[in-house]
Amino acid sequence: MKLYDFELHAECYAARLMLSLLGVTYQTEAVDFYPEAAHLAPEFRAINPLGRLPLLEDGTLRFGTVQGILSYLAAAYDPTGHWAPDTAVLRGEVAGWMAVAGELAATAGQARLIETMFADGDAEAARAGAEALLRVIDQHLWFGEVEGRDWLCSATHPTIADIACFPHVVLSEDGGISRQDYPAIRRWIDRVKRLEGFTVMSGVFPTSSAL
Amino acid sequence: MMAQPCTDTVMLEHWHPVVSLDELRGAGRCRTVLLDRPVEIVRAAGGARVLCDSAPVQTLVQYGYVWASFGTAPAPLFPFPEFDEADRRFVVTGVFGVQVSAGRAIENFLDMGHFPYVHTGILGEEPHTEVKEYDVEISQSRDEILATRCRFYQPKAAVSSDEGADVEYIYRVPHPNCSVLYKSSPVDETRLDAIYIFVQPMGQEKIRAHTGMCIIDDASTDLDIRSFQQTIFGQDKPILENQYPRRLPLDPRAETPIRADKSAIAYRRWLAAKGLGWGVIPAGA
Repeated sequence: MKLYDFELHAECYAARLMLSLLGVTYQTEAVDFYPEAAHLAPEFRAINPLGRLPLLEDGTLRFGTVQGILSYLAAAYDPTGHWAPDTAVLRGEVAGWMAVAGELAATAGQARLIETMFADGDAEAARAGAEALLRVIDQHLWFGEVEGRDWLCSATHPTIADIACFPHVVLSEDGGISRQDYPAIRRWIDRVKRLEGFTVMSGVFPTSSAL
Repeated sequence: MMAQPCTDTVMLEHWHPVVSLDELRGAGRCRTVLLDRPVEIVRAAGGARVLCDSAPVQTLVQYGYVWASFGTAPAPLFPFPEFDEADRRFVVTGVFGVQVSAGRAIENFLDMGHFPYVHTGILGEEPHTEVKEYDVEISQSRDEILATRCRFYQPKAAVSSDEGADVEYIYRVPHPNCSVLYKSSPVDETRLDAIYIFVQPMGQEKIRAHTGMCIIDDASTDLDIRSFQQTIFGQDKPILENQYPRRLPLDPRAETPIRADKSAIAYRRWLAAKGLGWGVIPAGA
């Protein structure tokens, strides 16, 4: 299995994190996303017409979006069925939070690319969009803690939805978005960091073990 | 929204990097901010031209970068002879935006104490945490800071290293916002690799950090070299952005240094002696 990867790319990190949590061995091929924009070059578009990272290759299969990669990995390599649960309720919840992860990419993720790697766009608008999402996520997680729910979905364990949202949230400060006002989000970040098989990326540090 | 443009003469009289020639060649032009002023860099005969509000700004093309100055008589740029050594690879590892002052970024570049904790498994690892005694001098003739005899155990000192080693460092700070470090080359032990950080101060608390290297390595690809350096820089970034105050305090009592901070102490003293008042918190302020 091969991941076309760029270390500082939030969604590549989601893919690496999922692979690590599942204990799947894989190789990486670095794509010079920044500064060379190699993901938009014809050679890369030949394997991913979307011109997007990450891209996962498993045998002859190719998945060129992070949503596709996480869904495939969970279905193919998680015998417990926890990461992409198969009940009606959890399917709906996972799909919903995966959509929110996409919105986080377009807001918090975009603010990060603008501030850090000088991508085009309106950083203020991206931050405003991200803050609106983070407030909702923080409330959802806060009420979850009250109800005894630790994760975005109502399962007793994390799902691919947590992994899809995590990179954009944990890297928000790169885009100028502080997490000071989101205490439940900060606790959720620590819970993700304490999962067995958790892995860091450049800019994300491990946390201490729970007391 | 732009802050009041910088009026600090120390900053105005220096040359500042604004874009790498690599990036300019690809993009043709670049819009950025220097000392709170919007600037535009365009390709021109001789390399490049810098404009601010459509008026020409003094422009210099050197060391793979376009430099600009708003001063009346900026001194020539510091010497960087390794840049011209034909057998070295010059690799621009990219430019990254960071919410911090230039001074904090340079201090972090000089600091070895954070290696085992921030660059774990690469530039350091526990229990090898000691910063051994090293020498620092402020050279009056060259107007630069030199830190020598710096030694540190590094598990993976460069992209070409395959095992841990005690690595020797020399740091130069020849410009308030630029530093070059020299470290033993894993490929040729008689030579030193040069790694630079040229900081472009966009504002007092916002920078573009231009990094790259002039190294002896004909095996690694540009992408390998870049990935290695970007990983290091990505690890430093959140640490830098969580330092408060974001401006560098020049009062020796403002923060408590330890022996390992000798180069930072010299750096702050050197900046204070220049009378720098922008991007810093001057003593007595």
